[in-house]
Amino acid sequence: MSIAGSAGPSPWRVGTEPAMQHLDVVSQTLPNGLQVLLRPSYRAPVASFWIFYRVGSRNEFPGRTGISHWVEHMLFKGTPRYPRGQFDKAVARAGGVFNGMTGPDWTVYFETLPADRIELALRVESDRMANAVFDPAETELERTVILSEREGSENDPFYRLHEEVQAAAFLAHSYRNPIIGWPSDLHTLTREALYAHYRTYYTPNQAVVVVTGDFEPDAMLEGVAEHFGVLAAGPEAPSPAFVEPPARAERRVVLRGEEPTAYFLQGFQAPPALHPDFFPFVVLDSVLGGAKGMGLFGGSANNRSNRLYRALVEQQLAVDTSSSFGPTLDPGLFTISATLAPAVDPQAVEAAIWAELAALQRTGVTDAELQKAIKQTRAQFAYSSESVTYEAYWLGFSQVVASQQWLADWNEQLLAVRSEDVQRVAQCYLQPERQTVGYYVPLTEESQPT
Amino acid sequence: MSRRLVAQPGPETVLQTQLSNGLQLLVRENHSSPVAVLHGALRVGSVYDSPAQAGLASFVAGMLTRGSEQYDYDRFNAAVETIGASLTVTADTHSTDFSITCLAEDFLGLLALLADSLRHPTFPDDQLERLRRRRLVQLQEREQDTASVATRHFYEALFGRSHPYGQMNDGYPETVAAFQRVDLTHFHAHHYSPQGAVLAVAGDVDPSQVAEVVEQCFGDWQTPTPAQPTIERIRRTDAPCIRVAMANKVQSDLVVGTYAVPRSDPAFYALRVANTLLGQFGMMGRLGERVREEEGLAYYCYSSFVAEQEDGVWLAAAGVPPTAVDAALESILSEFERLGTQPVPADELADSQAYLTGVVPLTLETNDGVASTLLSIAWHNLGLDYLQRYPGLIYGVTPSDVQRVAATYLDPRRCVRAIAGPEEP
Repeated sequence: MSIAGSAGPSPWRVGTEPAMQHLDVVSQTLPNGLQVLLRPSYRAPVASFWIFYRVGSRNEFPGRTGISHWVEHMLFKGTPRYPRGQFDKAVARAGGVFNGMTGPDWTVYFETLPADRIELALRVESDRMANAVFDPAETELERTVILSEREGSENDPFYRLHEEVQAAAFLAHSYRNPIIGWPSDLHTLTREALYAHYRTYYTPNQAVVVVTGDFEPDAMLEGVAEHFGVLAAGPEAPSPAFVEPPARAERRVVLRGEEPTAYFLQGFQAPPALHPDFFPFVVLDSVLGGAKGMGLFGGSANNRSNRLYRALVEQQLAVDTSSSFGPTLDPGLFTISATLAPAVDPQAVEAAIWAELAALQRTGVTDAELQKAIKQTRAQFAYSSESVTYEAYWLGFSQVVASQQWLADWNEQLLAVRSEDVQRVAQCYLQPERQTVGYYVPLTEESQPT
Repeated sequence: MSRRLVAQPGPETVLQTQLSNGLQLLVRENHSSPVAVLHGALRVGSVYDSPAQAGLASFVAGMLTRGSEQYDYDRFNAAVETIGASLTVTADTHSTDFSITCLAEDFLGLLALLADSLRHPTFPDDQLERLRRRRLVQLQEREQDTASVATRHFYEALFGRSHPYGQMNDGYPETVAAFQRVDLTHFHAHHYSPQGAVLAVAGDVDPSQVAEVVEQCFGDWQTPTPAQPTIERIRRTDAPCIRVAMANKVQSDLVVGTYAVPRSDPAFYALRVANTLLGQFGMMGRLGERVREEEGLAYYCYSSFVAEQEDGVWLAAAGVPPTAVDAALESILSEFERLGTQPVPADELADSQAYLTGVVPLTLETNDGVASTLLSIAWHNLGLDYLQRYPGLIYGVTPSDVQRVAATYLDPRRCVRAIAGPEEP
């Protein structure tokens, strides 16, 4: 029930995450168009079921922002077979955990369960792909819940800055909209619009099922076919035709507020997952901002030797900094953020960042930095592959934003990156006219700690 | 499934040993991925912080990764980060917790680094000032966050700001601003000790080799027995409601609850089950069902039972629009009341028991999960057969146990309430 990539450094970033090195994935498409990816493993008696729908805030039009995320909430509000409260109780009773998440490019639901109970996930997910009720009274109750979710985020000044920077960074593309939606849309969206969105996108031919963990692939494939095979394919969903024009003008946002901590956020339009510049950009992100976690969760707790940390935190301009870059369908944003040290001028932070970007453009990266990125990748892959939940997430989102081949080639692609490649993408993408710069400036400077 | 390899960690599958200085080591061998994870803890925490030096234990823990005899700041960062590892140290109320996550090939080297950090920190002046600046900004961020402010006021009201359970582990701007280097070195010299410490390791390692290296790194660590702090038992009988108005906010966060029991209390398992039913199960139990699903008042509403060494707290928390604060509080308190006055239906109780026992395999999936479970077992002296005994402890809880602990520990008339958010609408 959360939003991926809505606030702060995007949780859907990848950084230096590696590919599944042993891609023994069973892949099949059912006659109704449902794509199925199975990756059995027997490290622990658990299994994880994920279903990705190819819809997110990317598919949303002005006046309808937030609709994908609200639909995601409504899928927890009941079907005739599992009335509200019955789905979540059934999974919890089985010793399982579950959630739903909405991102720019996809909406996803998962259940991780003791292996002998994984069939429950197939049952509930195939049911709610087609039979969610969208009861009008429940829809109205959810309106206030989502407004409350949004207002909880708005309490955070960095969230407010992020929303402003994101909206300024795109003129035409729907990546400009917050995943949760603009308040005006959340006040006016109707039950009919929500239901129509659900019927348009929640069809087997627009979904990807991933199962990882302790099961026999043949039996699982049979189970998936049994539960999902009966669902009829839908018409091809409309594909959004938002095309961002080439960036011509630098954009600047200054947000002022009562909260006394100052923040900096800078975004550059960056290559999408399938672009040849994607992997050099992954290395660039890692060298600038440090090793990232494998996808949605986690990440290295130690990140003090990267270039930005040394330039900003060691130089006492900031107390924290990070960078963020994720695989997207269309060109997305690479961001650099910082929490400023007291009484530091944000222009000094911006200048220090530009000095680092210019150094990359001038001389690329060192061999040691490339080696480090590769070792960190190996490590992050090993950590993440311990969890069937992480594994399934990776397989699924790769299928949605790129392909299984893209994931399989990850290590090879990363190993092929040379210093000149990083230098070239730094020169190409990290240009002043491609940037959106945001300052959060406290109104009461005197309340800063000294 | 026939191919399943893994048995639950237990007496037959975990190496458990103790050094002569009192440090306990547990190792669970697991070769399914090339990873090693350590979770460990020393019996030193913010319980030793005087009110004038609140945050000191946490600050000392933060300094341990910023310079030790063998590894200055840069060397530490290089040693950990170039191999994609992580090594963390943080302080809690009764413990200083540390962890290593790395590729198995790097584990023994990082054990030596950990030992040097814990035993021989150098507290360099420049790093002290850097950490201080960072902490002061983090405290400023804490004070601009509605949920953190509500939580702080809740604990301060319950125990008082000079009580170890009432003061903030990370301190206050005025205490952190005043720390001197000598405070840090004194704290480390007097309170850091291997006695009662636990190291729990899981992963692709050879247990006897790990035991050997732990002996080399920690075996000659001798300290006098640290003095035990006395923790006063606080029971205020009024039920204050604290409202904090914050600028620029659009939503309120509230915390409501009261005293519960320490970890060692026989009622611990009844409270754990009752809390799951009240505010955890499924979409956050009865509280989520009512406040979020039926009333649409909040994005989140849950309950939490925190059992410390000497006392405990049972609370509920929610984020609600400012106009809905009183309605949400009333609903939460009436659910507290209902749990204490009406027997829970047998099937509802069985659901929470099934969840609490059924979810165990998920928590033991990764080396991280196994190491932290082993740490908890050893820390609380539960015995290596704990995971085997656990279902019995959970299923031993009856409807009348749930009703009794709710009536005793969730009396709405004794609940402290703390709300932080916009000015009154």
